Amino acid sequence: MTPDLMEAGAQRYEKAHAPVQTGQTESGGRSAGYGRLAQAGQVDTTHGRILYLEDVHVSFDGFKAIQGLSLDIAPGELRCVIGPNGAGKTTMMDIITGKTRPDRGTVFFGSTIDLLRHREAEIAALGIGRKFQKPTVFEQLSVFENLELALATDKRVGPSMRFALNGEQRDRIAEVLATIHLTEHVRRPAGLLSHGQKQWLEIGMLLMQEPKLLLLDEPVAGMTDEETARTAELFLSLKGRHSLMVVEHDMAFIRAIAEKVTVLCEGSVLAEGTLDEVQADERVIEVYLGR
Amino acid sequence: MTTSSVSVALPTPGPLLTRTGWSAFMVALLVVCALAPVLNLLVPEGSAFHLSDHLVGLLGKIMCFAICALAMDLIWGYTGILSLGHGLFFALGGYVMGMYLMRQIGTDGHYKSELPDFMVFLDWKELPWHWALSDSFVATLLLIVLVPGLVAFVFGYFAFRSRIKGVYFSIITQALVYAALLLFFRNETGLGGNNGFTDFKRILGMPLATPGMRMALFVITGLTLLGFYLWARWLVGSKFGRVLQAIRDAESRVMFCGYNPLPYKLAIWTISAVMCGVAGALYVPQVGIINPSELSPANSIEIAVWAAVGGRATLLGPIVGAFLVNGAKSWLTVAFPEFWLYFLGALFIAVTLWMPQGVVGLVKKLKSKGQA
Repeated sequence: MTPDLMEAGAQRYEKAHAPVQTGQTESGGRSAGYGRLAQAGQVDTTHGRILYLEDVHVSFDGFKAIQGLSLDIAPGELRCVIGPNGAGKTTMMDIITGKTRPDRGTVFFGSTIDLLRHREAEIAALGIGRKFQKPTVFEQLSVFENLELALATDKRVGPSMRFALNGEQRDRIAEVLATIHLTEHVRRPAGLLSHGQKQWLEIGMLLMQEPKLLLLDEPVAGMTDEETARTAELFLSLKGRHSLMVVEHDMAFIRAIAEKVTVLCEGSVLAEGTLDEVQADERVIEVYLGR
Repeated sequence: MTTSSVSVALPTPGPLLTRTGWSAFMVALLVVCALAPVLNLLVPEGSAFHLSDHLVGLLGKIMCFAICALAMDLIWGYTGILSLGHGLFFALGGYVMGMYLMRQIGTDGHYKSELPDFMVFLDWKELPWHWALSDSFVATLLLIVLVPGLVAFVFGYFAFRSRIKGVYFSIITQALVYAALLLFFRNETGLGGNNGFTDFKRILGMPLATPGMRMALFVITGLTLLGFYLWARWLVGSKFGRVLQAIRDAESRVMFCGYNPLPYKLAIWTISAVMCGVAGALYVPQVGIINPSELSPANSIEIAVWAAVGGRATLLGPIVGAFLVNGAKSWLTVAFPEFWLYFLGALFIAVTLWMPQGVVGLVKKLKSKGQA
């Protein structure tokens, strides 16, 4: 074998194993659409979609909670999801985060990760953060400890036993504390916070995880008007860096943040568009107001 | 929007024990290693300061129970998983030690045989397979940790993987200990049937029934208790311990933070079981008997009572609780033997209703009231 042949072979090998630069563009970057290696654990958004649901069906004891739901979200998008009670909004989040298994359908994170093959903790580690409808924080632990636990780091047993915060991580916690306006409550047990503050803490815990996609179930429920305005401000600042899916009933809040709104009804998408478009939609009005 | 104001004083991790904590720890260490031996062995029997052999035996026993209560606190107080089957691990450790002590009897038994008396009585000709390592002290020490640890690991893996929680888990552990009770009662199990093991004579070739040996076992038990206390403090003070508390408070949130709760629960469950096994192994040479009554469901429930009375999720509380309840028990069973169980039941109800934080919680509350 000649040296130049070996050289060429080595170059080919390196090229084949080099990490692929993925361009996160709205269109997916037409020039880079082929010849790409799938990378395990990496979210591939080159096709312009970070979350992709198609024809998902779930029923509980015969009640069809989700029927034929198809929905997709672009990287960096802030999507609002509205719909009457029982439309399947929370069930949809349960499916995405691995809490509920659909009867059939496809759920992809990026274009390569099949979420139906993963359990809750793995999905969280892949980069999907979720805020529950009812604020769920660790009540007996302090605000600081809550954020520390949520920090993106090695979450196995051994490393947890030896874990000590480094300077960078402390800065990150301080930064998130300031973002969620809880700096002065840092030592308080989370159980003693007000309802709105718990909501903020939970959002802060999501931010500590540095997720690519945030699912927020009624994030401003129980907040004062001022807190709601601050939350809107926060979400708008997250848009672009993260993808967000917000389920809310508060229309004023939606108006403040929404660019694109999806209306769910009886387990499938009823309408999609800007808030004004969907509010003008005959079917939407019918669902919300009745005939 | 306010961005980072990094100059905030974030809490720093606390020391393993506070200064007062270390002082108290040192006092306890001195009492166990110096004061008790001197008062028992050197101070003459007539003196008011003499520590009687009976009391040494009682305190040694209670310290074994305190280890169990500490182990219970890790799994119940901190992780929120109530086990009503910890007596199983205690008995397993005890039986492993008992097998070694039976072999140490040698040919001094009633039938003058190499085999333990009960085997001669059953007309067995050779030792069953599970007695193979019982004449080695080193193997016995290893098995004291391995047997309860392995049983807990396997049981815990299947229980936690199936996400069995709350009262269902408690009931299953109770059933487990009851099943073990029935198994150990049978002669075919090769563990002495309903009589268990007793009539021990030696440990490591030295006679058991001497004041020196009694005191040595007392000191070892005390050191083990103190060592386990420090270990438990370290565990709950680490991030691992905070994850356990997080699992107790909101398990789903823990999962959505990217933690898999299974290995965490399994780790603390196994550690807790091993602690109980060690306690059982220390208990047997001190009381001189191990039989299936240790596996009765009531014994396992009592461990939970000690932890509750002392105060859950405090580590110190369960130790205090074990001393209080067992102290009361040893007095009441002599003074009013027929009322002991009523008293225990009433105590458990009273603590649950009026002192959810236990004795230690009550003291803390009174202290902070005094300061305010």
